[in-house]
Amino acid sequence: MTLTGTPTVAQLLCLGDDALVAAQRLGQWCSRAPEMEEDVALANIALDQLGAARLLLSYAGDLEGAGRDEDALAFLRDDRDFRSCLLVELPDPDFAHTIAKLLFLAAYQRLHYERLAAGADERLASIAAKAVKESAYHLDHATLWTLRLGDGTAGSHRRMQAAVDEVWPYPHELFEDDPDLRGAWLSIVEPVLAEATLERPADGWAPTGGRSGRHTEHLSYLLAEMQVLHRAHPGARW
Amino acid sequence: MSGQSEPGGWPLWEVFVRPRRGLSHSHVGSVHAPDAALALRNARDVFTRRQEGVSIWVVPATAITASSPDEKDAFFDPAADKVYRHPTFYEVPEGVAHL
Repeated sequence: MTLTGTPTVAQLLCLGDDALVAAQRLGQWCSRAPEMEEDVALANIALDQLGAARLLLSYAGDLEGAGRDEDALAFLRDDRDFRSCLLVELPDPDFAHTIAKLLFLAAYQRLHYERLAAGADERLASIAAKAVKESAYHLDHATLWTLRLGDGTAGSHRRMQAAVDEVWPYPHELFEDDPDLRGAWLSIVEPVLAEATLERPADGWAPTGGRSGRHTEHLSYLLAEMQVLHRAHPGARW
Repeated sequence: MSGQSEPGGWPLWEVFVRPRRGLSHSHVGSVHAPDAALALRNARDVFTRRQEGVSIWVVPATAITASSPDEKDAFFDPAADKVYRHPTFYEVPEGVAHL
């Protein structure tokens, strides 16, 4: 997605939905992370993503001009209307999968936000300028854990490699409209895998469809949990 | 591995944060972490969520030598009646500013 001038509603939904679904997935670790400190760290990252999602969806709603605010976009759309990538909706069978997904997502978001921060659209540039610092921290966190799990014990190495192998095909979707960005992304991700003594999987299967609303079955379950309260009690507030 | 090993858990690290307008780091609490790099990040996530600081130190809890509560009397009570140690017995000469 290259942006010159004002973004489209669809472009903002891609960005905002990525962040929103990632936030919801990460939030599911709350009270379940391996250690209390990591629980706080993952929740912090989830809240960063949620904050970016709110700004991006609000902007999308304003641009659309159909009277939908951030809540309407987050809670009253079905999975087919979501433009998030498949990567963020994948479940987390273990902590290694969470870290692999976060590494791949944060590397992409940092590069992408970096470019948007220098873009012509003032509102999007200011959202991206805030988000790029957050993404850099998410990338740092995922990198440290990838190194420790990959280059840790035999068991942690096996599970981290399994997670990387399983998740590897999904980021292809992120670069469909922007193949050039993948080179920069690889130059972040590959050295981390190498230092973590992990094998960089071969490229092959490249699942896609999230950007046009064709998701895995995992997204509708995630949305059901995220949306049930708002749909049962429209406009509910704390 | 530095730090205090806990049964089945990560070592303990003491956290010191320098506030935005402060000159020195103050002790704010402790975190568990497997190593120094992660201790620093855990401290960032636990203790500087609300912009409390601009600099963090983490120290393995085992690296701190602390005075024992049993020695409190011998350590601190003798200072109680030595008022002459406080700089309150001087006449400030006239015309001396900023003292």
